[in-house]
Amino acid sequence: MLRRALRLRLGPCLSGRGLGTYRGGSTLDWDGKVSKIKKKFQSIFPGGAWSPLYDTSHLPPERSDVVIVGGGVLGLSVAYWLKRLEKQQGAIQVLVVERDHTYARASTVLSVGGIRQQFSLPENVQLSLFSAEFLRNINEYLAVVDDPPLDLQFNPSGYLLLASEEGAAIMERNVKMQRQEGAKVCLMSPEQLQKKFPWINTEGVALASYGLENEGWFDPWCLLQGLRRKLQSMGVLFCQGEVTRFISSSSHMETASGEQVTLKRIHEVHVKMDHSQEFQPVECAIVVNAAGAWSGQIAELAGVGTGPPGTMQGTKLPVEPRKRYVYLWHCPQGPGLEAPLVADPSGAYFRREGLGNSYLGSCSPTEEEEPDPGNLEVDYDFFQEKVWPRLAQRVPAFETLKVRSAWAGYYDYNTFDQNGVVGPHPLVINMYFATGFSGHGLQQAPAVGRAVAEMMLEGHFQTINLSPFLFGRFYFGEKAQEHCIL
Amino acid sequence: MAAPRASLRLVAPVWNRGTSGIRGLSKAVDPEGSQRKGRTLLQFLTDRFYDVEAVREYLLQKQVLKVQKKNRFRDREWMRANEQGLSSLEFRKLQEVPVEAVDASGCAINYQGLDNLLALKELQSLSLRRCPHMDDWCLGRLYHLADSLQELSLASCPRISERGLACLHHLQNLRRLDISDLPAVSNPGLTQILVEEMLPHCEVLGADWAQGLKVGPEEQSPDAAGSPIPA
Repeated sequence: MLRRALRLRLGPCLSGRGLGTYRGGSTLDWDGKVSKIKKKFQSIFPGGAWSPLYDTSHLPPERSDVVIVGGGVLGLSVAYWLKRLEKQQGAIQVLVVERDHTYARASTVLSVGGIRQQFSLPENVQLSLFSAEFLRNINEYLAVVDDPPLDLQFNPSGYLLLASEEGAAIMERNVKMQRQEGAKVCLMSPEQLQKKFPWINTEGVALASYGLENEGWFDPWCLLQGLRRKLQSMGVLFCQGEVTRFISSSSHMETASGEQVTLKRIHEVHVKMDHSQEFQPVECAIVVNAAGAWSGQIAELAGVGTGPPGTMQGTKLPVEPRKRYVYLWHCPQGPGLEAPLVADPSGAYFRREGLGNSYLGSCSPTEEEEPDPGNLEVDYDFFQEKVWPRLAQRVPAFETLKVRSAWAGYYDYNTFDQNGVVGPHPLVINMYFATGFSGHGLQQAPAVGRAVAEMMLEGHFQTINLSPFLFGRFYFGEKAQEHCIL
Repeated sequence: MAAPRASLRLVAPVWNRGTSGIRGLSKAVDPEGSQRKGRTLLQFLTDRFYDVEAVREYLLQKQVLKVQKKNRFRDREWMRANEQGLSSLEFRKLQEVPVEAVDASGCAINYQGLDNLLALKELQSLSLRRCPHMDDWCLGRLYHLADSLQELSLASCPRISERGLACLHHLQNLRRLDISDLPAVSNPGLTQILVEEMLPHCEVLGADWAQGLKVGPEEQSPDAAGSPIPA
């Protein structure tokens, strides 16, 4: 049957070519012929990656409709919603490329794992509300036949944000907006605060906002594993490799006002295997940049920001890795079971961990104190000088504590306005972003995944309108500034 | 046309006592017979029409919340729903009287279903024993009842863990709390101590704090609640 098919394909070519070239003895282009025959075989058996000469099971497939760069919670969430919202089951082939299968440096698993609705932008509040509903019903969303249900270890203890005199008016405005969006947040005066949480020192606190429902913290590793398991059951392919190159084509167009624009389209993604020079070119239709702290590098590979500064072509993706520490300490006289995640106006925050009076916490450094993001080494002096004094001032019981351990992780920090970047790039037309969430990516991942999937499938946002988070704002200078960053 | 018949099935006992003014009730001469015939016709229609099925599911969902639920109104004894799922006409007379206690033990109440209970602003006693769908997220909603709730029982709920119990600190008027036999709580004795610290005015029934401790070889007493000797 093969031979007959081959004869049918080659037949018309032969007759059309004429005998002259055949007898003329042109140079034998063996490589070209072999690749041509291979392509013909592939066209007869669609989708089959046939390579009889060597084992390619570790390589990603040769083509995939969507390639998601980055296998953290955002990338997996985009993959999940793509497969869930596709019009026909199995219509879209998705490949998730993750450089590190142990997730040793991934922001998702190193996160403190909190979820809150207390933001200053209504879009962020809506994203968190949907994500809370997703996490609450996670066993309906991510159910896999014959697998045990997921236990996210969610602590519904809420967030308590404290504000000083200067920040009180802004906090009141924010809480009003959060309530309008549907978040259950209450404002407390210092007296009420003292009565409810007697272990807090309310000196310097003018106002506090306390999240009553849908706020707390959970286990991000469990969410990641749940997503992976569900995606594998939905037919998403996972590949361990590093994206090193994009092959794209450009087309020069003119806008309505006569301006010359160069539109780029990515055709292939080169995925390099670990500890080897071997790479696989994956032909794709869409690339999703969900590489977290390294999204800036991926965007540069795709040609984002390579152009004269001040133009759209020259606007880089302003996402860079920022190192953040988290310290775990033990304090036997510390706040009890009712303690929420408390965030001081100075930037220090802490929460309980487990039943044994252990606490997790840290402080975001100022711009001058930013540690070097080259490695994930922990600086304990930072705790001694910056974190501990602030915590001890706010919770006097923390004057006697003992640090047990610490770790460091990256924020995919958006230096422009500390909010996420979603949606397509205006010039590299088939690259979509889902990154830059600067420390609140984990809690918004389910909703952002859905928004990006809707953008990819329908062309516009359907459920939550994230137009303030599109890439264009970096060029136009429209900041969607998020003030409540921890 | 099947939809009115479905609702008729639920209110049939009440309407039969009154007049039979509606045409469909002409079969109500023999209430048992009409119910039997009505049921098979309904099942026949449910198998064939999506909207009939949807209406039946909706009504069943409403019924599920009412099944086996006992309510106590102020100054009255417990009122229990009868087999058809509706209480007697007395319910109508008591619409203005606030509900004081609800016993929803074993009831399949979930996060959305709690809306109904949280609307009862003067509820003093709530029993949610053995509810299979009560989990930590649901406990996070109970702060609505903080002003009035004095007694709460969460015994034997399979999904409640110590993380959900942390949200009970809003209920400052609570006087009796039962958290015994919670299989998902990792350390019942320690949890009991922490909950007692969290709610100083409340009597917490549950695991004895000595439960996790091993009895030494010389202590032969079978009573686990005796003086604890750490191993």
